Amino acid sequence: MFARFSLMTTQVPGDSLVSLKAVNKHYGQLHVLKDINLNVRKGEVVVVIGPSGSGKSTLCRAINRLETIDDGKIAIDGKELPEEGKELAKLRADVGMVFQSFNLFAHKTILENVTLGPIKVKGMSKGQADKDAMALLERVGVGHQAPKLPAQLSGGQQQRVAIARALAMKPKVMLFDEPTSALDPEMINEVLDVMIQLAKEGMTMVVVTHEMGFARKAADRVVFMADGQIVEDSTPEEFFTNPQSNRAKDFLSKLLTH
Amino acid sequence: MDVIIENLPLYWEGLLRTLFLSVVSGIIALVLGTFLAAARVSPVAALRGFSTVYVEVLRNTPLTIAFFFAAIVLPRLGVTFEQFEVAAIIALSAYTSAFIAEAVRSGVNSVPVGQAEAARSIGMKFGQVLSLIILPQALRTVIPPMINILIALVKNSSVAGAFFVLELFGYGRQMANANGDQVMAVLLGVAFFYLLLTVPLGILASTVERKVAIAR
Repeated sequence: MFARFSLMTTQVPGDSLVSLKAVNKHYGQLHVLKDINLNVRKGEVVVVIGPSGSGKSTLCRAINRLETIDDGKIAIDGKELPEEGKELAKLRADVGMVFQSFNLFAHKTILENVTLGPIKVKGMSKGQADKDAMALLERVGVGHQAPKLPAQLSGGQQQRVAIARALAMKPKVMLFDEPTSALDPEMINEVLDVMIQLAKEGMTMVVVTHEMGFARKAADRVVFMADGQIVEDSTPEEFFTNPQSNRAKDFLSKLLTH
Repeated sequence: MDVIIENLPLYWEGLLRTLFLSVVSGIIALVLGTFLAAARVSPVAALRGFSTVYVEVLRNTPLTIAFFFAAIVLPRLGVTFEQFEVAAIIALSAYTSAFIAEAVRSGVNSVPVGQAEAARSIGMKFGQVLSLIILPQALRTVIPPMINILIALVKNSSVAGAFFVLELFGYGRQMANANGDQVMAVLLGVAFFYLLLTVPLGILASTVERKVAIAR
């Protein structure tokens, strides 16, 4: 009874913030995304895991069209992704993105990194943008670094600034493309803590990661990808204790033995 | 060497005119070259095509041809000017902008692609990505080759001397004609005054390079 009820709620149109329908992508001969269907509802935290080369990063980047797709439909809050141009830029402003390699603007200070979007894209006054940015930087624990340049910060600090930069645009959804993969082990937790906090506050998130601990703690759903396909789509509890497919069982067993 | 001392005012006058030609052409070339580089990486195919053809034609033909075109062909097409300086500035800036465009383009390519992706993902449009994120970083990395191009520009401006423009080299020719027995000294003087312009440019290059370097 309950199962049916929850199934029905997932199908209410407008309820899904990110929707991918029959998405396909090739890199030459390589079929990297195979008929991907995925809905992310408002407030949901979806963690995408899978072996390297399974297409999970490509999937994440396709959602704000940093990767184009060959066919299928991707929509954000009911609006289909337009071609490159003004409309796409507008839509991207609503989708926060955090990269594996941080990609902070190397020639701008930490504060400027966070204020640039609100000022240049949203037309916010500098005073207001500075104030908001400082609040965000404090929130992710790097407020005292505001006047420095990105290269002067540790990787963990840079990634938290990158999260603040994305949040400054007040996005509807945040995409994380392996946000901790380029970090030294002792810095991973400071970034994950910020992400867990965000998830608790109700941010809609799509997170590509290898951090199973984060998936257990913060995910509403775990999507397991292999060879360009979504193989499993379930709750973390279900996925980690009772994976259905052999691919997932194999993947999990390798994680546990190391 | 007396001939140099005697003609110091002429050398000075020539130096100023060469400086004027170089500064005006240099500024135009920097602006034009940056726009050409932007066009070269733009998503609009027509702009890319125009920029490519422009750069390849001007970069691969002698400067003298650009001068002939500006000083002789343009007036026949109805573009007339009071002074030949204008033709010289057109030729020098058109020619130099092609090299600037190539330098800027290499700078643009040296900026990690993640910088543009991050800028696009906070909602910036192409023009903003380029002018706020890519070019400021690209220009810093291309300052050394850029100064090389500007040094070449100062020397290239001597071609104007052959097109009725009096600058350092033009005055040098006048002086050499007037002092046929001391041509060597006259030309050494000309070379010295060119060095007065170009050596400080080189020094400026290394200073600026140190100041604007971006740590990654």
